[in-house]
Amino acid sequence: MVGLHLDLALPLRTFRLELALDVGGETVAVAGPSGAGKSTLLRAVAGLARPERGRIAVEGETWLDTERGIDLAPEERSVGFLFQDYALFPHLTVEENVAFGSSNGVGELLERFGIDRLARAKPRELSGGERQRVALARALARRPRVLLLDEPTAALDAHTRLSVRAELHDLLGELGLPVLLVTHDFEEAASLAGRVGILVEGRLVQLGRPTELVAAPADPFVASFTGGNLIPGVASRRESGLTEVALETGGFLYSVDELEGRVGVVVHPWEVSVAREVPADSALNHVRAPLLSLAPAGNRVRARVGPLTAELTAASAERLGLRTGEVVVASFKATATRLVPLA
Amino acid sequence: MRRLFDVSLGLATALLLAFLVLPLVAIFTRLSPLELFAQLGDPVAVDALLVSLETSLVAHAFILLVGTPAAYLLATRRFRGRPLVLTLIELPLVLPPAVAGIALLSAFGASGLLGGALDVLGVSVALTPAAVVLAVVLVASPFYVRQAVASFEAVDRNLLDASRTLGVGPFTTFRRVALPLAGRGLGAGSTLAFARGLGEFGATIMFAGSIQGRTQTLPLAIYAQLGRDFDVALAVGALLVLVSLVVLLVAKLVPSWSDFTSIWPFRSVRSASS
Repeated sequence: MVGLHLDLALPLRTFRLELALDVGGETVAVAGPSGAGKSTLLRAVAGLARPERGRIAVEGETWLDTERGIDLAPEERSVGFLFQDYALFPHLTVEENVAFGSSNGVGELLERFGIDRLARAKPRELSGGERQRVALARALARRPRVLLLDEPTAALDAHTRLSVRAELHDLLGELGLPVLLVTHDFEEAASLAGRVGILVEGRLVQLGRPTELVAAPADPFVASFTGGNLIPGVASRRESGLTEVALETGGFLYSVDELEGRVGVVVHPWEVSVAREVPADSALNHVRAPLLSLAPAGNRVRARVGPLTAELTAASAERLGLRTGEVVVASFKATATRLVPLA
Repeated sequence: MRRLFDVSLGLATALLLAFLVLPLVAIFTRLSPLELFAQLGDPVAVDALLVSLETSLVAHAFILLVGTPAAYLLATRRFRGRPLVLTLIELPLVLPPAVAGIALLSAFGASGLLGGALDVLGVSVALTPAAVVLAVVLVASPFYVRQAVASFEAVDRNLLDASRTLGVGPFTTFRRVALPLAGRGLGAGSTLAFARGLGEFGATIMFAGSIQGRTQTLPLAIYAQLGRDFDVALAVGALLVLVSLVVLLVAKLVPSWSDFTSIWPFRSVRSASS
């Protein structure tokens, strides 16, 4: 069997981590809020946490099988573990860190990660991005059969994060290893992994390609976790074929999704446009509300309009000359409007 | 009012300092350093120095060999009864030395708890150098173990875990990661324990007696020489003051090991690429 197979249950403080997952020669991210059991999942695969029950196998080799009493020690499991804070040994040089587990091909690894000129430096002398490369080189020195990444870019500055992510994405593609990544950041998950599972209180609530999660979130949590707006209301079917949602705050929104009862209206910020008057286009949904804030994010501007967040290009924000406090109209199409059942 | 307060604070400090330092200074005023040094040639002083060195080194080796693994266990594992074990280990710190002496006698003395068993083996501990070693271990080991537990606890658990995931077993992880990172703290604790052991008096005199060349350590020699040759007692005292001073300086000058644990991950650092 190719890749990593896991199926385990492990009691945590207030809930149980319980999930099954198969990871082929691909990157799978498990994303969720902090405290959902993500780090424990990685630790269990590495043998640093002991599941109450379960099975972990890699390419047919069983690492854990509680029924058959198999539980390999961490050093007997062929994993590369990238810790969130990188966990470099502070008393050793870069070269000694990379050679810690296996001194085979260390020179080659240092060169490949562009850290050969830092070979004699101590971790405290390195930048965040450099530390991450050292930690990756160290994790790969053992030629592991599985790579485990814990929030790989969370410890980095915002401005290095994107470039490091791009490098990491290319590297993971080249390696072709089963990679299990955990993160609290959906963007990180989406930019590194082919499939993303959303972990809430120890359970996977949805697993799929990032675009699938964005387009069809299974529940309100997935919707807001993937960055969507979520507005509660009550849905009922109309003869036009559309679903009409009466909002709690008054007003109506329309969706092509077919659902009734208490729902959350989900729309992504990049589907929402902002104008002073209701535009004469095909958008059916309009929310008239005061502009609460304008926050630049890269070459875009995020505008909060009442209950909605909209994403505009910096250019159009400037052309409109928007000011916080003034009443504007946020519009989006019924076809871009998803409905998820609310409890 | 404020002035008066400041003045009284200063006076109290001066008084305290005078009170603490004056007796120590007095040791060095009666005889010149050269004369003091000459008194150390007295056979009683030489014998005491040899007994002290021998018993202290054996006791210290035992403390390090047994105390280090025990401290590592206590620092890295959480188990039921751990606070009790820690308290028991610290108990000798506050135990009156005379109680330590009577306790050792009732455990290892001829009519003690283990005395009979030791007798069968043809071993008699009391009044031998072995008794000195036992007394020193009892009173000095907590100084080392307490510091060692704290030093191992200060080592980031992630580093130990990282080592294991790199294919390195628990013992080698201890040797290559935990020991070097806790090293400075262990050194400081070891120094303090050695000093405490070297000065051991109460438990030793009760359990090991004061036999010149056998169980009479430096502090015991001071006591024994008081009535006979005050100058020799003074010279041995001066020697112990100097040793204590050196120990304290070593323990203070060893920088805290915190620079190992606080260097990452977020402190901004000079980029090696610049």
